[in-house]
Amino acid sequence: MTALLSVSGITKNYGAYVGCADVSFDLYPGEVMGIVGESGSGKSTLLNCLAGHLTPDRGEVVFDTRADGPKDTVTLSEPERRMLSRTDWAFVHQHARDGLRMGVSAGGNVGERLMAVGERHYGNIRDKATDWLERVEIDATRVDDRPTTFSGGMQQRLQIARNLVTGPRLVFMDEPTGGLDVSVQARLLDLLRGLVRDMGLSAIIVTHDLAVVRLLADRLMVMKSGRVVEAGLTDQVLDDPQHAYSQLLVSSVLQV
Amino acid sequence: MIELREVSKTFTLHNQGSAVIGVISNVSFTVAPGECVALTGASGAGKSTLMRMIYGNYLTQSGEIRIGDVDIVQAEPREVIALRREVLGYVSQFLRVVPRVPTLDVVADPLRALGVSGADAHSRAEELLRQLNIPERLWSLSPTTFSGGEQQRVNIARGFAHAYPAMLLDEPTASLDAANREVVLTLIEAAKARGAAIIGIFHDEAARARVCDREIDVSCFTPGLAA
Repeated sequence: MTALLSVSGITKNYGAYVGCADVSFDLYPGEVMGIVGESGSGKSTLLNCLAGHLTPDRGEVVFDTRADGPKDTVTLSEPERRMLSRTDWAFVHQHARDGLRMGVSAGGNVGERLMAVGERHYGNIRDKATDWLERVEIDATRVDDRPTTFSGGMQQRLQIARNLVTGPRLVFMDEPTGGLDVSVQARLLDLLRGLVRDMGLSAIIVTHDLAVVRLLADRLMVMKSGRVVEAGLTDQVLDDPQHAYSQLLVSSVLQV
Repeated sequence: MIELREVSKTFTLHNQGSAVIGVISNVSFTVAPGECVALTGASGAGKSTLMRMIYGNYLTQSGEIRIGDVDIVQAEPREVIALRREVLGYVSQFLRVVPRVPTLDVVADPLRALGVSGADAHSRAEELLRQLNIPERLWSLSPTTFSGGEQQRVNIARGFAHAYPAMLLDEPTASLDAANREVVLTLIEAAKARGAAIIGIFHDEAARARVCDREIDVSCFTPGLAA
């Protein structure tokens, strides 16, 4: 099996300061990988390098494209990368406001991504948007309302609908459940798990919530000071951490 | 089906003075299809640790653990995930689920992961929940609020939903009443009859005597405990 995403030696420095250093891994179709670590450990820098939001100083991000097979996305031309990010890739931001157009209706938010890949028939766009709102448990009668009138949890679900409507194969998520209250978090986790399973998605999830990775991720990378200190099966890393820092991280979680 | 060769493990506690604790050393045994082997030994002897090593939950320092033709010790995460989905089942002592997910979906989940249709997975889940005497009015509720015994039975239903060729059972009859204990033992016997290789931990001696073909005393492999 070819890896969907093959990352090697990704390095990004901010002047003398290390963002992330020499990160390599392979992600296979259907796999969900979690990246954990404290604030400033380089998780988000890495995610942004992978998703093409930042240009890494060194390294390759090879994605198995539908049309041309494996291609290094770091050296891809800007239009090609943009096309990728609205078809096969999706990015779920921590703050739904960063991933949505707040002045456009919910249906418009979902439909925009469809139009970006060439859909023009208004009826079809609206039907698909309505269908996706229902899949993320937003009442179809809210299709013409702006996201400003939605609660935080609904905005996050709308952002997910907007991202998944074009059937991406790889989803980047930056703290998707951060800032939501726990009952909304649980529902969102269940929704994400179902979507990942039913659509055969691969995903990379950055979070500092170990409970979230345990429930969502198959694999886990632990980062500290820009480097990956430990990687493996999620439950193995959490239940039998090998590195001193992972042991500290796991033992620092408060028991409820 | 399950084969261990010279398996050893130590825990290194970096944040507690780098203490190194030897837990298991030099374990070798095999379990054939249709066979049930009990791990025995006092509390702290390393029964659960050994079981978790076989499941790939704990890292093994040296040796080989073969389930079918996969060596858990060397396997890539995705190979272990595929193995757990298709071949290797594990009934732990505690139920761990996404909050607010209905019991029926929790039990059907392993089958859904294998690509079984929603309707078929649910009907299998219903059958098991009925067999394990979970009242139908609870099926649409999340098991997180259930009693200990009910959670344990949901966990067992989930573990037996798919006919795994290899199974690990960590105290499956603990905290169950006589009737439900009987149901669980019947499930284990049925799994053996269809050819599953089973490793179990049973504190319940009568249950152990009834379903297990052999016993392996784990304390023989515990460094510092063996005479």
